[in-house]
Amino acid sequence: MELLKNARNIHVVICSGTTCYLMGASELFGIEKVLEESLASRINLEGSPCMNLCKGGSYGKAPFVKVNDTLISTATIPKVVEEIRRQASL
Amino acid sequence: MLYNNTATHIRRELLVKVASMAFRGTLTKEIDRIPFEMIPKEKPSIRCCIHHDRVVIKYRLMAMLGFALEKESDELRPLSSYAEEALDRVQVEDPVLTVIDEACSACVQSHYFVTNACRGCVARPCVWNCPKKAIQMIHGQARIDASLCVNCGLCQKVCPYHAIVKVPIPCEEACPVGAISKSPQGKEQIDFSQCIYCGKCMNECPFGAIVERSQILDVIRALQSNKPVIALVAPAMVGQFPGEYPQLVSALRALGFHQVYEVAHGADETIVREAKELVERIHSGETFMTTSCCPAYTRCVGIHVPELKPYISTTKSPMLYAAEKARQENSESLLVFIGPCVAKKGEALQSGMVDYVLNTEELGALLVAKEIDIPHCEPALILNTPSACARAFPIVGNVSQAVGKKVRELAAELEVKPFVVDGMDRQNIKLLRQMVKTKPEGNLVEVMACQGGCVAGPAVINKPVAAAKKIEDWIRKGTLQIKETEPVKVHS
Repeated sequence: MELLKNARNIHVVICSGTTCYLMGASELFGIEKVLEESLASRINLEGSPCMNLCKGGSYGKAPFVKVNDTLISTATIPKVVEEIRRQASL
Repeated sequence: MLYNNTATHIRRELLVKVASMAFRGTLTKEIDRIPFEMIPKEKPSIRCCIHHDRVVIKYRLMAMLGFALEKESDELRPLSSYAEEALDRVQVEDPVLTVIDEACSACVQSHYFVTNACRGCVARPCVWNCPKKAIQMIHGQARIDASLCVNCGLCQKVCPYHAIVKVPIPCEEACPVGAISKSPQGKEQIDFSQCIYCGKCMNECPFGAIVERSQILDVIRALQSNKPVIALVAPAMVGQFPGEYPQLVSALRALGFHQVYEVAHGADETIVREAKELVERIHSGETFMTTSCCPAYTRCVGIHVPELKPYISTTKSPMLYAAEKARQENSESLLVFIGPCVAKKGEALQSGMVDYVLNTEELGALLVAKEIDIPHCEPALILNTPSACARAFPIVGNVSQAVGKKVRELAAELEVKPFVVDGMDRQNIKLLRQMVKTKPEGNLVEVMACQGGCVAGPAVINKPVAAAKKIEDWIRKGTLQIKETEPVKVHS
């Protein structure tokens, strides 16, 4: 259990397609700086090419972020931080 | 203010909608629906009611169609009628900014205000320090008499409880030249004979009431016409989008641009000419010269610091050299400058050298509307590479560095001492005013209206620090490419 708590097992994927970027995805890459060290060391942050979530509107609006399997639309730093915290406390 | 906020999101969403409709050819048919789609009746309103929200959206769309809202004569005129007029337009016009008076919240006059955190302390430093005796104790709390207060702010500084706040007017505060003020109705208006097009007010207004008059329709029409359209891409754009620069070039071609020119080639010309000019000026006994590439700076000097005008380099900006070259090679083409700047729209109009200007957001909207995803684009082969120095122009300090380096090649005996004015706020404009009398601590003065350089321009979509890093990384990579392809001199 202790091992699991220290692992980098929270996978944060920021969609970096043109739509998400236009709607502010670039700012979301600053998320590591606002997380405390104990959480920052647990996330694995990466950008992804367009995940095709912006087409059609059925997933909400850009920018999109995935925290493990949870999809966040109209993502902001506070929204993503909240989800990371939730998953870290599981 | 943060670049990402609700006002920014609404603006970008609207740009994408307008661009999509224009590309599909359904703009006049569909545009009247946008205010209702954006603000549906089942959702809570942002302002007082959905009707107000919708009318503000209508005005935003009018500005996106390119109209000056100050000139509106018939409030009943629908967007479709404006769209029709815009689609027939042959020329874009000045001024490049406009104010949505329906969106302006008519902020109360900037003032200091004592909050409930005031404890009515015994020491009363606010009362003691007020030079106008404007503070009295009423019911155990300090109160400022607005008719006496001169907004010096001393009371705020000395209050031990931080109980006194300044309530500003964000746009007026952001304007470094005092070009925005209230109309008799209390709404803000821009005096365009004073405005320097720096764009600071646009980003600072929390109501998004100051907007650019967009030229996206004109660009879309150009792309759909038979004429070749050439994109003049500012070096700052390298840091703005996901993917790498060669992919952006492909994305622009996919959008319909016939050719893509790096404005950095123009910057190479600027470097050489400005260096020669500096050598000549110093040899003829002048003490300093300033750079000329920032259009908000040159406009500011023209209007507000005319005594500094003779010291500005007469060398043209990179955009204008790039435009000259593109015109020479293809006189029939339409030229579209793409950058993060508001003032470039003014420079393009005044020079008559560039047909249209797109900012970062507007280009982003065109790409999204056409469903072109830059990271999915095949990288274009860039054969003719500008110098690393030229590509570094959008980061503050690099223009004077580049010119200085060139001067050392031309006249090794001359010592170039760069002096950088990083950002034109009120204080730095004061500094510019003093410069003629007191002489700067350098002989080559670089002035950037945006603090940090063009990477921090008013219409960027990436964070300035991240954008600067991306440009630096690309320069490192791009210079390696030079070695492989240097013998070929062809424009991409």
